[in-house]
Formats: sequence, structure tokens, C-alpha cells
Amino acid sequence: MSENTLFIAENPSEKAGADQLTIGLDDLILTQDMPTSAGSKMLAGFKSLFAARVDERLREAGHHVAGKVNIGEFGFDFLGETSYFGPVVDANGNLTTAASKLLADAAVDAVVGLDVNGAQARAAALSDQVHLKPTYGCVSRFGTIAVACSGETIDITASSADVAQQVLDVLAGHDDSDGTSLPASECARITSGGSAEAATAGEAFASPITHVKVARGLLDTADADTKQLIDAVIDNLNAQGIAVSDTTAETDALFAVGNLAWNILMCAELCNNENRFEGMKYGYHTQKYTTIGELYTKSRTEAFGILTKTAVLYGSEVLATDNYDRCYDKALRIRRLISEAFAKEFANEDAGQTVVLLPACAKRSYSLADVEANPYLAFEENRFTAPAAITGLPALAAGGVQLVGPAFSDAALLRMANILSPANCAGKEA
Amino acid sequence: MTAYETVIGLEVHVELATKSKIFCSCTNGSDAEPNTHVCPACCGMPGMLPVANRQVINLGMTAGMMLNCHINRTTTFDKKSYYYPDLPASYQTTQWFAPIAVNGYVTIQTEDGPKDIRVKQIHMEEDAGKLVHDNWSYTSLVDFNRTSVPLIEIVSQPDLRSADEVVAYLERLRSLLRFAKVSGARMEKGTMRADVNLSVRPAGSTELGVRTEMKNMASIAAIRRAIEYETARHIDAIENGTEELVQETRGWNDDAGKSFAMRNKETAGDYRYFPDPNIMPIVIDDEWYDNIHASLPELPEVKREHYVESVGLSDYDADMLTQSRAFCDCFEGAMAAGAAPKEAANWIITNCAGVLNKRGMTSDELPVPGSALGQLIGLVGDGKVSNANGKRLLETLFDLDAQGESIPEDMAAFAEAEGLLNSSDTGALEAVVAAVIAADPETAQAYRDGREKALNPLFGACMKQLKGKCDTQVLRNLLIEELKK
Repeated sequence: MSENTLFIAENPSEKAGADQLTIGLDDLILTQDMPTSAGSKMLAGFKSLFAARVDERLREAGHHVAGKVNIGEFGFDFLGETSYFGPVVDANGNLTTAASKLLADAAVDAVVGLDVNGAQARAAALSDQVHLKPTYGCVSRFGTIAVACSGETIDITASSADVAQQVLDVLAGHDDSDGTSLPASECARITSGGSAEAATAGEAFASPITHVKVARGLLDTADADTKQLIDAVIDNLNAQGIAVSDTTAETDALFAVGNLAWNILMCAELCNNENRFEGMKYGYHTQKYTTIGELYTKSRTEAFGILTKTAVLYGSEVLATDNYDRCYDKALRIRRLISEAFAKEFANEDAGQTVVLLPACAKRSYSLADVEANPYLAFEENRFTAPAAITGLPALAAGGVQLVGPAFSDAALLRMANILSPANCAGKEA
Repeated sequence: MTAYETVIGLEVHVELATKSKIFCSCTNGSDAEPNTHVCPACCGMPGMLPVANRQVINLGMTAGMMLNCHINRTTTFDKKSYYYPDLPASYQTTQWFAPIAVNGYVTIQTEDGPKDIRVKQIHMEEDAGKLVHDNWSYTSLVDFNRTSVPLIEIVSQPDLRSADEVVAYLERLRSLLRFAKVSGARMEKGTMRADVNLSVRPAGSTELGVRTEMKNMASIAAIRRAIEYETARHIDAIENGTEELVQETRGWNDDAGKSFAMRNKETAGDYRYFPDPNIMPIVIDDEWYDNIHASLPELPEVKREHYVESVGLSDYDADMLTQSRAFCDCFEGAMAAGAAPKEAANWIITNCAGVLNKRGMTSDELPVPGSALGQLIGLVGDGKVSNANGKRLLETLFDLDAQGESIPEDMAAFAEAEGLLNSSDTGALEAVVAAVIAADPETAQAYRDGREKALNPLFGACMKQLKGKCDTQVLRNLLIEELKK
């Protein structure tokens, strides 16, 4: 285990039994017994007065919360490369995230984090792990360091879909402390029990996935290896009797601008949320200053990394009165159009349900040199994760690709993980 | 000489009378010891999420209806970004895109008759904290008790034309908001404060002059002085070119009797408003709307007319009662409990107001329910409680409320428990009378000899022995009867 992947808890909770899991929490999830640094120099060593709801739920269910998992600064970068504590590489020297490294090393059974901009979906897709970004509103965000509240959700990365579902069953549920939390009956739909019950009742969101639509427009921007992988997945889906077709050109056109809209919304919210870190009450505090303005400016200049500064400036600009209508407001409109496009794609004539297939990123591996050459990959290659982030729809990353499904189709998506796994796809190719 | 017209619009901030703050469960009470009503949410710590207080929305709606506004059935909260040490999250949650109420009016009385002042909008928002500057140690301290205290801001159109109209508008607002229990609206306590936007133009002109804004005015007298000063300053600048008027925010120094420049348009911040994604749009359905509408009080002038025309009160009594919603509620409750209107009005205007005054409380803080007062008046009227003990019981009710205890439902039982019920046992009275006469035969003889005033010391001695617990008329008759034997 490399030094910068996991910060071990001082008083780790004990496992209640053999069925319980060892779980890491990413560094945007507040914990009382361990610091929460958000991968930033600004909050290095920050200890919260209260713990996140997901931390409470995991401990109450008897799971072993082993420690805090390193992430990129405020979790919105490409693959964790902006962490104040340093980037993480896998056994092959490829860039990965601390969460995926810990899972690959079998140090934890699952990592629970905050999915802001798809970093962990990408890492899981590159590491053959299962990642779920649940339906927005089904898991409480109480006690997470806010970055882009309108889209971010608690996420789960695990080595198998079963483990991911087991964790999801613990986390899903209404929380009065989160104003965006859905009613208990709706949160329950994404649990294994709730999904099984809904399937019996013939609810669409719980029915098996019978149709997969491929977002060809986005696929064109991926490399040959990725296209090949998608072809192998399609062959396997066909072999499983799942119908495969393409999304419409209109949908693809909207997906193509999805990340532009998401970048506007994400940076605006990030700018606003991270304004509170001014070096005064807690966190990094510059040593030399004469006025309060200088204290704010120097603390923020010295503690924030380049990607955060970029996002703050960009977010500030898109919210300026003169730009609001042509930037922020337009992004909100695109968000609505993408939701509507998804709804059209999901419309299904038979008893099953339709989901959309996308790559998770444009290549099959990335090196440190890649993110050094282009520090803004997080704002460019998030075109694959932005459609789910901007709409709040559930997304599964497995077998190197992504499926985005209708609201509450989380459990149905997780049941697709095996079909997507490379082992099955490779078997088909041979 | 050119005649000038002053054009004034007001932004009035009113602190809402809710139990808890707008987005967390902290107590709404900014008078407490500094930083005692605080939590991670209102201190802007990372990880907390806002949960909108439904009572705030109820009061926002109530204010909107009282001011004849259209209520936006879908209303949203938005974020306003700026840096200031008393704003711990570095943004204020307010309403920018879809405020709770729009397009209303307030009718005021002027020399030329009634005039409608249009209300542009009412929006709900959270207050900021309070900075306490210590000039001795050259430091500033922050009190977060007031952060996230719920406010409404009432924005008028520039329809006001004089200090008199402004004062009439503010007094009318205060009365309406107090009657609807939206706010105590007390300028001296800072729960109502006004920003005054003022410009001057030649009479008859339809174009507006250069506007200046005076922030955070907290007394009606200061507002009157500030308007008069600012009007004269504007006219002087226009007539004599004493200075160039610029659109700016000004402060008012009431001691110096002068306004001073704070910041102008060029240095004004861009607040970067956007919808708060953590607070879902609030949709007001018909049931919610109707419930609030049904709970609106009668307007004070409607009540006043009713009290004079139908109930038969004097103009003076009706005026006194309708100054306060609590007085009206108590009066109506007392009548419902059987008290005669004149009697009930007297008890409130004289006895209740006396106790309030003694305790430094406002009329809106009257803690006595009408049913209790009505029963009390009945007990005194029936001779079951003496007048003095009735007042004593009233004070005890104030004490109970001050101690946070509930007011008893049954006043007769309460009077008995307090030992203030008159003795109805004439045998016991006769015994006391006999004993008093026996103890002071000289005075008794003096009375029998025709000195009527000699009755008083004997009566007093009886009252002392009975601890005041008797029907005084019965006692007096008994005493005379006994002396004449």
C-alpha cells in the first residue's frame, strides 16, 4: 500500500461479523475520528465536528471503516492527479486513483466516496472494477464537502457488483438533513429488497434490461482500443439476447455538449462552495499578511492547486451578471434537454427497460505524463461521464464501459455488471 | 424658485418571529450570549446542508397576503456570493429569481387622503452575523447568533414623496406585520430596519434624479431626519452645484445629523446569484395556500369599527385595543368567556397594560389568554374574588408565563389553589366580626354613637383577619348589622 493512498483511522470501527466489509471512505466524506482533507492543502488535517451520514450508516451496519482514501483536490479532477498528497500509479505504472489501487491490492472491499466529475468511474473502468453512481437523491450527501451539489452523489467502487449492492443497501435511505433526499419509499427502490419487490409488482425501473443503446456520437472520440472494447461488449450483449441499437443523432448532439454545460454548472457551484475556505476560521492560514483581504487572497493562492484555481475563476466568470444568461442559464437549459433526450431513449415498448452504453474514457490507460501534458483532461474527457452527472441518472461502470439507466434502475444496472465484464466479453471474442 | 419633489423607495428588512433559524434547528434569538445559538450549519462549516424551515415560508406567505401581493406558487432560494467576516459560508441564501410574493400594495393615510404604496416584492433570506468592534484592543469579534436568522425584505416601488409618507408607510407595515404575528417589527431591537432610496427631481418631471441609498436605518426619528437632510443635500447640489451627485450607498450618522458616502456603483460587488441546488423549489399547493389565507387576521381598522359599531366600545377603548393583536385576541377571548365588553376592555387597558408597563413588556407580549381574563372578571363580578385579589391573580399569571409555565385553564380552581377565593361561609364571617367588635369596644361604641367613619378601622381589621378573602359588600352589611344589635 503506497503511503498516499489510505490514511488509517486512529480508532477504526470493528467488523461486527464475517459478512461485514472493510470499507474506505474518500476524503470528501467527513469523519470525526480521522481528518478530512478533500485532497487539498487548504484542508490538510482538517477534523470535522460531525460525521457524514454514510459513515454513520456503515458503522451502524457493523462494517469496518478502515480509513480515508486519498482523492484529487475537491474530487473533480481526472484521475486523482491533483491531490495535495500526490497522484497514485498502479502496478503497471499507469495513473489510477487511491480507491482503485486499494481495491486492486485487496486492502478494502469497497470505497465509498463522492462522485463529482467521474474520476472514480474512470478509475474503476480502467481497473476492471465495479463503480456505481446511484440515482440522485437516494443516498444522503449530509456530511460531504460540497463541490457541485446539483449533480454529485455518493458513489461506490467495489470488486464485484454483489459487494456494491450490499453497500448500497446500507447507504440508500431518506435523510431529513439533506433537502434533496427523496422520500424513503423512493430511496428503497435501489436496494436489493426494494428492487425485488418492485420487480414482482412489474415496476419498469426494476425490470430486466432488454435493450442497450450505444451513444455512437461520443464513441467517435474514443481511441481504437476503446472502440474495440465497445464492439466486444456489444457482441456479448447480443449473445445474451439483449437488443442493441444506437442513440439518435439528436441525443448524440446533446451528449457532445453535455460536458461543456456540466463544466459551467460544476465550476460555478465549486467556486461558490469553496469560497468559504478563506484561511480565517480553519484550514490553511497564510503566515504573512497585513489586511484581511490579503489574508484571504494569500491563503487561497498558496493552498489551492492549479485546477481548483481554474475552476474558481471559470465558475466566477460564468456567474457574473453579464454572463449569466449566455453561460449559466444556458447550461441549465442543456441539462433539461439532456434529461429529455435520455427519457426518449429510455422509452421501451416491451416489458424490459432500455439503458445507454458509453465508454468511461477515451483510452484504456493513462500515464502521469498524459495529465502533465494536459492538466485540463478533467474538463475535456468528462464528456463520457457528464451526461449522467448533469442529469442525476444512475450510472454503472464495469468491464471498462458505462451504462446509464433510468432513475432507480440502480439494482438492474448492477445485475448487468457480469455481462459487461471482460472475462465474458473476451470469452465471446475467442 | 423651482419646486422639487422627493422620490423615495424603501427596502425594509423584518426579522421573522420563528422559533428556529431558517435552515437549521438553532434557536432564533440573537439577544442571547454571543455564539450560543450556533451549529455547524449556521457557522458555514463544510458538510452541512440547508433544510428550509416551513414556518419561515408560512410567515413569508402571510406577509405577502397582508400586503396584497401575488404569491408565487413556486418559489426558490438562491445563493448570493460575497466575502465578509460575518458571513461564514461566504454566501447568503436569499431569493432572487422567484421571490415568495410580488406586486402588492400598502394603503397609507396622507393629508390628501388614502394613498397606495406599491410593493414590488417580498423575499425571504437569512441574516448575517454581527461584528463587534473593540477599538481598545483593535480587534473585531464575530457573533454568529444572528447568522441564518430568518428575514423578509419588503421592497417598495418609489411611490413615497415625503418623510411623513415614509413614516406612515413604516407604521402601517409595522402594524400589519405585528397583527399577523409575522414579526415583532421593533426598530429599537433591530428586528425591523430600512434602507432608504432617495432622489430629487423638479416637481412635475417624470424622470428620476440621481439615487442614493441609506442603509440600515433603525429608528423612525432618524429616518425622518435623514430624509430631510438628504433631500436638502440633493437640492443644494442641483441648485448650487455644491457637489456632483453620484449613485452610491451612504450611511447615516444620526449624532452628526449627516449622511456620508460608503460605496458607489463602480465599486459595488457582483453578487453572482444562482439557484441553490440544495434547496428544492418550494411548491405551494392550494391546500397550503388556503390554510395560510384562512389564518389571516382581521385588519386593525376592521376590528376597530366592529368594536365601536357592534360591541359598543368607546372610540378611545377601541383605539387602545386595536394597537395590539394580543390585546384584541385577549379582549375577544374574554368576551367569549362571558365578560362584559366594557369590563374586559378596562381590565386590558388598565390592569394588563399596567403590569406590562411595570415589567417593561410590549403590548404584543401580553401572556394572558382571553378565556383566563374572562373567567377572572367573572369571579370578581360574582364577588367570589375581591378586586384586589383579582389583580393579584393577574400578576401571578404573568409570573407563571415568565417562568415558562402554562396558564391554568380553570381560574376558579386556580384562585382557590392560590388561597385567594372569598370565604362564602357567613358563619366564619360572623365569628370574625364578633371578635373584632369585642377586641375594640370603644370604636364600636363610637359608631353606635353616630360617628360613621368609625366603621372603617373595624372593616379594615376584619379584612386583615380574613386576608382580604371575602365579598366586601357582604362583610360591610354584616358588620353594620352586628353593630346595630
